[in-house]
Amino acid sequence: MTAAIAGIGATAYTRDSGRSVLDQAAEAVATAIADAGLTPGDIDGMASFMLNNDSVPCVAVAGAVPMSPLRFCLDLQLGGQAPCHLVWQAAQAVDRGDARAVVVFRALNGRSGPRVGAMRFAGMGGQYRYPIGYGAYLMYVAMWAQRFLAETGQGAEDLGAVAVAQRAHAQGNERAVRRQPLDLATYLAEPFVVDPFRRSDCTVEVDGACAVVVTSLERARDLPHSPVAVASGCYRAGPRPGLDIGDHLLWDDYTRNYTSWLREELFARAGLCPGDVQVAEIYDCFTSTVLIGLEGLGLCERGGSGAFVRAGTLPFNTNGGLLGEGYLHGMNTVAEAVRQVRDAHEVAVVTSGALMDGSALVLTRDR
Amino acid sequence: MMAIAPEPDIESAPWWDGLRAHRIVLQRCDDCGRARFPPMPTCPYCGSRAAAHFDARGSGTVYSYVTAHQRVSPDYDGDLPYTVATIELDEGVRVLARIDPAASASIGDAVGATFVDHDEWTELRFRVVP
Repeated sequence: MTAAIAGIGATAYTRDSGRSVLDQAAEAVATAIADAGLTPGDIDGMASFMLNNDSVPCVAVAGAVPMSPLRFCLDLQLGGQAPCHLVWQAAQAVDRGDARAVVVFRALNGRSGPRVGAMRFAGMGGQYRYPIGYGAYLMYVAMWAQRFLAETGQGAEDLGAVAVAQRAHAQGNERAVRRQPLDLATYLAEPFVVDPFRRSDCTVEVDGACAVVVTSLERARDLPHSPVAVASGCYRAGPRPGLDIGDHLLWDDYTRNYTSWLREELFARAGLCPGDVQVAEIYDCFTSTVLIGLEGLGLCERGGSGAFVRAGTLPFNTNGGLLGEGYLHGMNTVAEAVRQVRDAHEVAVVTSGALMDGSALVLTRDR
Repeated sequence: MMAIAPEPDIESAPWWDGLRAHRIVLQRCDDCGRARFPPMPTCPYCGSRAAAHFDARGSGTVYSYVTAHQRVSPDYDGDLPYTVATIELDEGVRVLARIDPAASASIGDAVGATFVDHDEWTELRFRVVP
């Protein structure tokens, strides 16, 4: 693979933007293009995703910025599974020559507009959930978390270790919407929202937009920032992934998510192994997905993720994660990995998604 | 107070009709012999379209559970706190159901089925077996 991420951009993340989604999308996309040292006329590809039509299609943003005629365009109806997947698709499009530069973005009024946390998802599975009050994404992830903690011998202190570690990062991040200090005792004193999750286990829904620019590694070498090479990408839906985003009844093992299923291919494609990773940006709509992701990627032993987090040997979710910075559905998770590879580390792993399906990237410094 | 009634489809009608008659009606694949839930037109294990319905006994164990303590949806504020569990039925399928009373179950607990008749539909619930 010879593609790289050359630019990143974002709006402020807020609780009530007072702006249209298109307005914010155009700002984040234009900012990312400028960050890459390119002009809108250099962009000929776009990719984005939305849930229940909570965003704007790529062509709307292409018209608003405005850009060159698009040679590559991908709009997915997906949630947090999508960012790494789309960056990987963009990288391959650039590699094939289908596009010269592709912007991947996510834009939504996720707080003041339709909130994913309370969305009812289309599909055949809803009839078994909504009538019994099993109607929030929080509950689905909590259902996995409860089993994961029991089966791996972990508990509230391990979820809390994630919340505390990430809050410390959020405190130093001006983009973060949740920055007040948090220690374990304060965490444990919070009441349950849905057992085993407390307030600090949960992401903060926000309004905003975030974008990255993917182009060829060769071209990126002539641009202002040191290139962040897309060394590997991988999407995976494990066996029997369900009737819709909230149906997991046919998924065998709630203690292992898609990261367990894509790990081998992800690292093999990059020619690296989990031990080479210097920073991890793990999709964290809730704290449990960090623990499951660290174990699934092989960054620590099974059942050892809480202790691994407490040991502090591997930096992770260095912007405070979705828990602290806000819920841009993992697009901001990718952007943070880019910052880390530009400024601090040579090898980053990023994930997108929480449960049955998702995607991941390995990003490396140019070498 | 169950504010939302299920919307059955052509696959799930036997399940909901069964519950109305206080029966737990599942599908079993004629080819590989595996029971399945949710109802589907094909077997998720072997792809076969051949299946027959049968009655489950209504006993199982708790695979996992969540207890809602704070608002999840305004439709269920009056029920808080309540527990929803993923129940592994003895026939080898998982179903979602509330467990009464709230927070009374742990992973691995044996549970038994009860039926709660609402105006428009009948709900499958479970209680921990003493």
